[in-house]
Amino acid sequence: METKFLGYRRENGRVGVRNHVVILPLDDLSNSACEAVANNVKGTLALPHAYGRLQFGADLDLHFRTLIGAGSNPNVAAVIVIGIEPQWTNKIVEGIAETGKPVMGFSIEKNGDYNTICAASKKAKEFMHIASEYPRTKCDVSELWIATKCGESDTTSGIATNPTVGNAYDKLYDKGNTLLFGETTELTGGEHLVLERCANDEVRKDFQFYFDRYAKLVDDNKTNDLSDSQPTKGNIEGGLTTIEEKALGNIQKIGTKAPVVGCLEKAFAPTGPGLWFQDSSSAAAEQVTLCAASGFVIHFFPTGQGNIIGNPILPVIKLCSNPRTLRTMAEHFDVDVSGLLRRDMNLDEAGDKLLEMMIRTANGRLTSAEVLGHREFIMTKLYESA
Amino acid sequence: MIPDFLVHEAVDGVGVVVVEGLKANQEITGWIMKEDDTITIKILSDIPIGHKVALKDFAEGDTVIKYNTDIGKVVAPIKKGDHLHVHNVKTKRW
Repeated sequence: METKFLGYRRENGRVGVRNHVVILPLDDLSNSACEAVANNVKGTLALPHAYGRLQFGADLDLHFRTLIGAGSNPNVAAVIVIGIEPQWTNKIVEGIAETGKPVMGFSIEKNGDYNTICAASKKAKEFMHIASEYPRTKCDVSELWIATKCGESDTTSGIATNPTVGNAYDKLYDKGNTLLFGETTELTGGEHLVLERCANDEVRKDFQFYFDRYAKLVDDNKTNDLSDSQPTKGNIEGGLTTIEEKALGNIQKIGTKAPVVGCLEKAFAPTGPGLWFQDSSSAAAEQVTLCAASGFVIHFFPTGQGNIIGNPILPVIKLCSNPRTLRTMAEHFDVDVSGLLRRDMNLDEAGDKLLEMMIRTANGRLTSAEVLGHREFIMTKLYESA
Repeated sequence: MIPDFLVHEAVDGVGVVVVEGLKANQEITGWIMKEDDTITIKILSDIPIGHKVALKDFAEGDTVIKYNTDIGKVVAPIKKGDHLHVHNVKTKRW
């Protein structure tokens, strides 16, 4: 396997694989101005989302953390933040500025959309010129932060595609990469296997805390046995029968070697290399957005029935082994590991194939989700706004 | 040879169909991945790709094992070769 790739080393030392100039709305009502700026300044990327007003407590903290994290991601070269008022806008600007990258905030009150769009567009143009000259330099593959989640899984996910990610994770762990998994409810039935992998009692206690907290949320709000939602209709169509079966397939993604070195609250970044668990929803766009906010730069996404998700900041590498899905939805996939089911490929070869695609992606190859324009940027919301 | 179905481990009570178009009464061949063993079984109904075939008889209340782990409880009797899915197996969790 290659040990080097050409990446973007940011001001804070972190390494990215994309070079976006992001136009980031603080709140739902600033989406329109952000999209106008992105239209004026070609090559910039607006990240419209649904929230940011009257949130409070832990939910507001998560909102801020997600926006600051997304702007701080090393795949982002520079950021324009637009909000309805200056105070919360500046909070996001100051958070992103800690990385040392160019960032500037604009607020709409007392300016209106037109003046805001004009001023922000001028600054965005400057940022575009800066970003377009930001050089790719030789970086070590071990500097890549890699996250994973599976979606619209079926039994081929657990038997072939997720173990491919597991094999790649084992190899990346040996190299000292920073790795992440999440999907708390989707570990139900296999939580004992994650607990066995925890590095020490403190990590075990933390994992149990997050697992129990999510289980309580399900218990408190469920209206039936949750079988209409977890497994999803697509999972069931693909042959998965119970949450336990789905979870045991899901867990194949963390491989067999790496101990879980720590557990993270949503949108917090790891503090060292190794395999981390992050508490998260199992809804694809929510989980991948949290990974982007936590500083991850590439995502491994195995699917069985064909989840088509992408993310604006984080290239999502889609892999699949189900021959029917690969045939009927071919344009969505980057790595075909159906050979595992036919026995004309072994797991080690499948893992290498994924890692080769990871390095090509890091060097600049656009993923299928990027080429198809999948930019699902979905904030996790913990509860109702005030 | 290309297998019709895969089994994670020999202790598992189910196999996963990995080819399309399997019809009732067909004799199909499976690969047990962990032990690297081959088995054959006659299926009693059509089973779509990705769906499971029962490798033994199950009675109501039995536990289904896959990945050498509990994946749920049997809620309707299942014969060896039957299609095993949401109509005869349920979660023990929620």
